[in-house]
Amino acid sequence: MSSEPKTLFEKVWQQHVVVEPKGEPTLLYIDLQLLHEVTSPQAFEGLRLAGRKVRRPDRSIATVDHNVPTTIEGRLHIVDQIAATQIATLRKNCAEFDIELYDVDSREQGIVHVIGPELAITKPGMTIVCGDSHTSTHGAFGALAFGIGTSEVEHVLATQTLPQSKPKTFRISVEGALPQGVTAKDIILAIIGQIGTDGATGCVIEYAGSAIRALSMEGRMTICNMSIEAGARAGMIAPDATTFAYLHGRRFAPKGADWDRAVAEWSKLPSDPGAKFDRELVIDATKLVPYVSWGTSPGMVAPVTDSVPDPASAPNEQERKGLERALEYMGLKAGTPLKDISVDRVFIGSCTNSRIEDLRAAAKIAAGHKVSSHVSAMVVPGSQAVKAQAEQEGLDVIFRAAGFDWREPGCSMCLGMNPDILAPGERCASTSNRNFEGRQGRGGRTHLVSPEMAAAAAIAGHFVDIRNWEVRDEVAV
Amino acid sequence: MEPFRTLTALAAPLDRTNVDTDQIIPKQFLKRIERTGYGEFLFFDWRRNAAGEQDPSFVINDPRYKDAKILVAGKNFGCGSSREHAAWALSDFGFRCVIAPTFADIFFSNAGKNGIVLVRLSEEEVATLLQNAQKIPDYQLTVSLQNQTVTDAAGFKASFEFDPFRKFCLIEGLDDIGLTLRHSADLDSFETQHDHATWLKAK
Repeated sequence: MSSEPKTLFEKVWQQHVVVEPKGEPTLLYIDLQLLHEVTSPQAFEGLRLAGRKVRRPDRSIATVDHNVPTTIEGRLHIVDQIAATQIATLRKNCAEFDIELYDVDSREQGIVHVIGPELAITKPGMTIVCGDSHTSTHGAFGALAFGIGTSEVEHVLATQTLPQSKPKTFRISVEGALPQGVTAKDIILAIIGQIGTDGATGCVIEYAGSAIRALSMEGRMTICNMSIEAGARAGMIAPDATTFAYLHGRRFAPKGADWDRAVAEWSKLPSDPGAKFDRELVIDATKLVPYVSWGTSPGMVAPVTDSVPDPASAPNEQERKGLERALEYMGLKAGTPLKDISVDRVFIGSCTNSRIEDLRAAAKIAAGHKVSSHVSAMVVPGSQAVKAQAEQEGLDVIFRAAGFDWREPGCSMCLGMNPDILAPGERCASTSNRNFEGRQGRGGRTHLVSPEMAAAAAIAGHFVDIRNWEVRDEVAV
Repeated sequence: MEPFRTLTALAAPLDRTNVDTDQIIPKQFLKRIERTGYGEFLFFDWRRNAAGEQDPSFVINDPRYKDAKILVAGKNFGCGSSREHAAWALSDFGFRCVIAPTFADIFFSNAGKNGIVLVRLSEEEVATLLQNAQKIPDYQLTVSLQNQTVTDAAGFKASFEFDPFRKFCLIEGLDDIGLTLRHSADLDSFETQHDHATWLKAK
């Protein structure tokens, strides 16, 4: 055995190198491809045109999430014919190429980045791809997981490999205990705010430190999910007892002696002491606060106690123009306290924050309160399994009693490909991952926050500092 | 894929940073199952005002830039979603090359697969090209992938770095799957071994 200390990323990478042709990118083996209706039709069509087969149907899983409606009636009869055709096309492709599909009426259906982990299809040490940039989510398990384009989806279907140039490594250590009211979402918003939306371009981030180790798997997924918003190729967290406890007993987790063997192998993955990273950053968790995004890029965030920044304070002309443009789009004036910004809509969901722990946290805030009369709020569970679990715990009752809509699983208003969109000028507190112009609907204004902050904004009608929230009914979860 | 060697064409200036793929092609156009026909939806929301009418002040609506094949833009072009539709829309509209200080990773890969050459120049060089494309009528640039240079008729010359393998593929117009299948024997033997790792199986 070589004694050179290796990072988590390097270990996973090395175990998947098929061949390193001289002067060419490394050919990397892909353990798992996740498929959905939006970025796969052209890939299957490409296979058909070239007369190629799917090399390993057992290493692909498909579901429908991006454009499925979130009401029961909407799902039974999809009015949008183009969306309906896309879903029907996935169905046809999965049948033709023998790929397992968790269809709209299946108990396993959900957002692809929610169902992979909850079925334990996602495992430590794997290489995972999907035609979706938030594939970085699965890195929370110590997998190397990244988003790809449709040509690459086709490439993986045909060969179960991808030519890849080796990315750089970037360790972000978050040290210390998170203050009360500060969540995994705030950690990642703070990181993106600090390093920028291109701060980790070309890198795989490893999140480390005591604050990361203290997080649940749900929290770790929230952080890895938004790695792409910092430009990173992927985000990873070393697997540990928390990871194994989450996976144990789930549907596709190894069983019996295979489980023990798997844990032994996965336990070798964490970065060795002394392993070298190309870049390092240390964040003091004890200084973090709840964050709210105020602009049109996930790097445009500020503590909830701050105000909308003044473009005049920008360091250069180009940034000043960017800030002015963002404030104009967002309909905000420099100097406005973030807590004074009122919202019209609230969206709790998305592959960033739609898991059971997110819903429990939001329900705890909502319990015994009422959604503000001028706010329309919805909760979209990440999967059928999350929805069933939440209903078993009575969370749906709490949300409904408070005046939230309780919906069927899907990507929903995170990207508004289904009927859930903002009207022009509407302002939304959203637990999703992107506040780009028009992301949730043309002219819509998105503010990214944690589930707790979103629930509180729904009730107050404006942003509030969750650290001062009055929790009324104790939720027994 | 159409080979790319040297391109001399009109340059259109898009003086914005962090142009995300949601802007390049908004989500309502991702529901189609075809690979073609996205050009008319390129920068859809920026090209239209709230009433849905064409905004003549937006660069690619300006008749001056109707035949542009080169787009010059600010840093971190193509950030956000992995949608290859962004590359399809640029290509379908007629762009064969984008020049910017930096590009997001996934878009970078998607562009290459569609024969679009992404050229990284310094912030200063890009600022110069943005200005020239705005001020000089019919401003043409020559992008030579072979020589890795960008030049204009007035003496501007900049060189750029480019991955040799990616360059080879673009110049030859090679299909990635075909390239990978050259390694079939290696792949077969790797996969047979790798399948023993039960802890890395999907199901």
